[in-house]
Amino acid sequence: MDLNKRYTPQTWPDHPETATLEGKNKFVGFWLLLAAETVTFASLFATYLALKDKGPSGMEFSAAGLFELPLVFAMTMILLTSSLTSVYAIYHMKNHNFKAMQAWLGITVLLGLAFLGLEIYEFNHYVHLGFGYTNSAFSSAFYTLVGTHGAHVVFGLSWFIALMIRNAKRGLNMYNAPKFYLAALYWHFIDVVWVFIFTVVYLMGVIG
Amino acid sequence: MSSNSQKKGFGATIWDYLTTVDHKKIAILYLISGGFFFLVGGVEAMLIRIQLMKAGNDFLSAGTYNEVLTMHGTTMIFLAAMPILLAFMNAVSPLQIGARDVAFPFLNSLGFWLFFFGGVFLNLSWFLGGAPDAGWTNYASLALASEGHGIDFYSLGLTISGFGTLIAGINFLVTIINMRAPGMTYMRMPLFTWTTFVASALILLAFPPLTVGIFFMVFDRLFGANFFDVTMGGNTIIWEHFFWIFGHPEVYILVLPAFGIFSEIFAIFSRKRLFGYTALVFATILIGFYGFMVWAHHMFTVGLGPTANAVFALATMIIAVPTGIKIFNWLLTIWGGSISFTVPMIYAVAFIPSFVAGGVTGVMQAIAPLDYQLHDSYFIVAHFHYVIVGGVVLAILAGTHLYWPKMFGTMLSEKLGKWTFWFFFIGFHLTFFIQHFLGLMGMPRRVYTFGADQGWDLFNAISSVGALFMAIGVIILLVNVVMTVAKNERVGNDPWGDGRTLEWAIPSPPPFYNFAQTPLVRGLDPYWIEKMEGNKEGMVYAEPLGDIHMPNGSFIPFVISLGMFIASFGAMYFMDDKAWALPVLIGGLAITFGSMLVRSLKDDLGFHVTKEELIADNERIQREARALEGGKKGGLK
Amino acid sequence: MMKGPKKWRLFALMTALLVFLSGCGREEISTLIPAGKVAQDQFNLLILSSIVMLFVIVVVTIIYVLAIVKFRRSKVGEDMIPEQVEGSARLEFIWTAIPIVLLLILAVPTVYSTFDLADVTAMDAQDEDGAAENLTVNVTGKLYWWEFEYPEQEIITAQELVVPTGERVYFNLIAADVKHSFWIPSIGGKLDVNPENVNTFYLEFDKESSELEEGVYFGKCAELCGPSHALMDFKVKTLNREDFDAWVAAMQEEQAAPTETVAQEGQEIFEQSCIACHATNAAGAAPGVGPNLTTFGDRNTIAGFMEHDEETLKNWIADPQQYKPGNLMPDPEEINNGEPFSDQELDALAAYLMGLKVEE
Repeated sequence: MDLNKRYTPQTWPDHPETATLEGKNKFVGFWLLLAAETVTFASLFATYLALKDKGPSGMEFSAAGLFELPLVFAMTMILLTSSLTSVYAIYHMKNHNFKAMQAWLGITVLLGLAFLGLEIYEFNHYVHLGFGYTNSAFSSAFYTLVGTHGAHVVFGLSWFIALMIRNAKRGLNMYNAPKFYLAALYWHFIDVVWVFIFTVVYLMGVIG
Repeated sequence: MSSNSQKKGFGATIWDYLTTVDHKKIAILYLISGGFFFLVGGVEAMLIRIQLMKAGNDFLSAGTYNEVLTMHGTTMIFLAAMPILLAFMNAVSPLQIGARDVAFPFLNSLGFWLFFFGGVFLNLSWFLGGAPDAGWTNYASLALASEGHGIDFYSLGLTISGFGTLIAGINFLVTIINMRAPGMTYMRMPLFTWTTFVASALILLAFPPLTVGIFFMVFDRLFGANFFDVTMGGNTIIWEHFFWIFGHPEVYILVLPAFGIFSEIFAIFSRKRLFGYTALVFATILIGFYGFMVWAHHMFTVGLGPTANAVFALATMIIAVPTGIKIFNWLLTIWGGSISFTVPMIYAVAFIPSFVAGGVTGVMQAIAPLDYQLHDSYFIVAHFHYVIVGGVVLAILAGTHLYWPKMFGTMLSEKLGKWTFWFFFIGFHLTFFIQHFLGLMGMPRRVYTFGADQGWDLFNAISSVGALFMAIGVIILLVNVVMTVAKNERVGNDPWGDGRTLEWAIPSPPPFYNFAQTPLVRGLDPYWIEKMEGNKEGMVYAEPLGDIHMPNGSFIPFVISLGMFIASFGAMYFMDDKAWALPVLIGGLAITFGSMLVRSLKDDLGFHVTKEELIADNERIQREARALEGGKKGGLK
Repeated sequence: MMKGPKKWRLFALMTALLVFLSGCGREEISTLIPAGKVAQDQFNLLILSSIVMLFVIVVVTIIYVLAIVKFRRSKVGEDMIPEQVEGSARLEFIWTAIPIVLLLILAVPTVYSTFDLADVTAMDAQDEDGAAENLTVNVTGKLYWWEFEYPEQEIITAQELVVPTGERVYFNLIAADVKHSFWIPSIGGKLDVNPENVNTFYLEFDKESSELEEGVYFGKCAELCGPSHALMDFKVKTLNREDFDAWVAAMQEEQAAPTETVAQEGQEIFEQSCIACHATNAAGAAPGVGPNLTTFGDRNTIAGFMEHDEETLKNWIADPQQYKPGNLMPDPEEINNGEPFSDQELDALAAYLMGLKVEE
């Protein structure tokens, strides 16, 4: 693969992420990784549901009493928006518009950071209420599920930032296009997982 | 890297293997380290059998015995059987589909080093305060109660090596999906590649639940979480579910590649195409699929209720059908063939009755009410050793003989191989057949001793004698390996003479770029087709000779794995309030993530082997082949 | 090579003979000699499945032996190239269909028996007076001993389960610490003893254990629970209903104080050092830290697995860790003001404990 080959929007392929064998391999491999991630999160969800509201006798915390929807709803909206902005970024990547792609990725990262900030605030709030990680089986399961998602957000953001800085000077080529594509795919996956967390943990927690 | 395989110094060879991303060299690394752990697990097995050879023996203390039995199981499954099978997958699958290498050579190396450091970490427990002692299943209530760091060695060691295995699984899946040579459709893939494919899919979906379960265990033991602490609302059955959602597919992760190896052997040494190839492929897929629906048959006595038990009993029985299909197709493959009893074929022939015995006892255990008696008794021990030893270990021994020439370019001695076989095979049945009856006579598994008043003395003594036979067999195999390496008699492309698939169309060992030109596949058993049509070239090629793009070697996988190895020590001693634990944890993770960052920021575009180099290399290969041919003729005179 | 296999055949024959001679194991513990409805049902399933599986093995063996005998290369010729058969749809159908039929034969009794053996609906049945119709025993697994509580009779015992013959006895199982598994091989299959939930099942006992050579059935812990898992044995004494009722009545009574002086001395020591964990009255007792010793003198073993004599008992009290590693019974030093028990004290304790009996 030649890094120095210059592309124009006209010579740039329709699907740069799978235009080379390396790209194709990464594409398939990454989807498989997401399958493994799905099983991981499914396991975490199952555990959370089994241990929800379970604790030492006389535990004062329950999902219904603890969670507050407005904050979580705001977090959900922010993360959903960031997914949309990453779609714009990849749209521009496919059109070989590097600057627009970087700009939309920048917005995505900012939204992701905002989400992360709110999540840290939320956790901090619970810990101050006495609902720490070691409080009960319920708290362990909650923090592990939501925290694992949070760790994925951190990783996704680091990935975006690393790609943006690394390629700031040299623009798009066949070598880094699949990387941008996969980082965005990863971001969508994180978003989908959050939708499930919002539904299963928060909505179902508060309602029933 | 030069295309000439000149003699290198010792240090250079070591460095070469530390940094290699070549699937054939990684295969050798897997074989050597898996083989080493196989010996370690074997010694542990011998300790078990010595302890149980008579009633009330005091060779091992109760605590030590539990450590030995835990490490025997864990080592054999995670550090011996799987890596050795991964060795064959690495050595053979890419060649069988005519690929240049695996899809992610760098990750292939990373997968190996993660497994390696995980295995070393786990075994260091012997020297650092005691090995894990809650059985390889590590059931949560006992594991949480276990003192010392044994269980932490288990959890962290298996986490690291589990990541390695997951990476390997993804790698083979992508390789097989994307990198098949022209004409190599899915339904022309050799059975070993098919089983590699399905086993990799099982790895992909089965390892995450194990990892999650192990993480819970780590969090509970080291960071005060409460997943399994009953007084804090936890539930230990969750561990059992996760362990077996992983654990049952794991059986198929092991046994499917074993089926693959035997499928190759039956076809080669009967000179006949596999009978019912399509049925064999679909049986493989079905077994993999059902493998995920039957985990609770390991938990019939847990108290899940009659409905769950009945459903899982029926689901388990269904697996017998595709397995039976395989057995009969193999029988019909040798039927009407021309059977040559080489060492690999002897193992394959011995495998059928052994595995059938293990299979039928499996169906007996699927009968839930009967399993209430059999579960956790020596009947189970007998059953799974019939499946794992009679299926997987026989396949490993057969595969070692079959693929040794492809991996190393020399042949293991057939004579010594037969000695190994007879010792091992007789010892195996002597050890385990009788254990069925011990179980029926009421002997629970995992007991470090038994009283003279239980009536189990004689059978245990016989079983221990059998174990000695197996040990002698393995020692003869080691002698065989040493002698073969020392003699170093080179062989050609197709040393068995009846090779059918692509790996036999390439020199032994193959050049680092595999096929100089990607072959064109014209049907099932492509090399056999060309041979039958009298193709002197060996194969038809799909492309003209041209430059070949190859990946660079890299030391980074080693460093990433080392970082995790170091971080694990930090995590483990964190709860002991050791001042150095946190810095070690952070430092180890910094090494890991730092080297990952280096990897992703630094462009590594690989290098090209030019057409001229390929031509020169090809001439060398031809020259060597002619010399070999001449030598053979000279020898015959 | 010819000599080798022949020798092996002889050896294998001798092994087979030995196996045959030693039979089916001991009546006290073998699943092959069932002594109750549950074990009998399971044994019948064993025989049925063994017959079906033997049929499979025979079919495979015939094809197999014929194939490897008929088609050896030495027989068919070195250069013979066999016909490359692709397969046969008809054969594939046959060896898919026949196993399915065989499995159906097994599936029906499997499902029936699974539900039958789990049927504990009659457990709480009461007669007109509100008394329970069936005997229920609450079993608690502890490191490494078993506690048996009879809630209806309000008595507690340990290590030796006493049950009536000829009726259904229900069990509630729970673990006090780590997971165990409750198994009396000759009476019925095992059920796990979990720390988080009560498991329930029933067993039936056909035969009085006094007819056995050892006088009791052997019970086992079947789930690895720590170093002394292998020693977590218990015994089962089965009595006819009349004797059982007498036993219960004796258990419910206040036990008489020892009369001999040695035993009285032993009682004093016991009440200073041991009573904090071990109760010696069965009636109305609470679950104990250590096994309830009311019936100690009646038992067949010490600590579940050792000879029942004074010498063994003294050794056991003097150093419990040596005999049952990891058990929770303290060393004498911890309960006797930092001193080991003297020989005299051990004699006294042994005399006292051996005198704790409810049976004649």
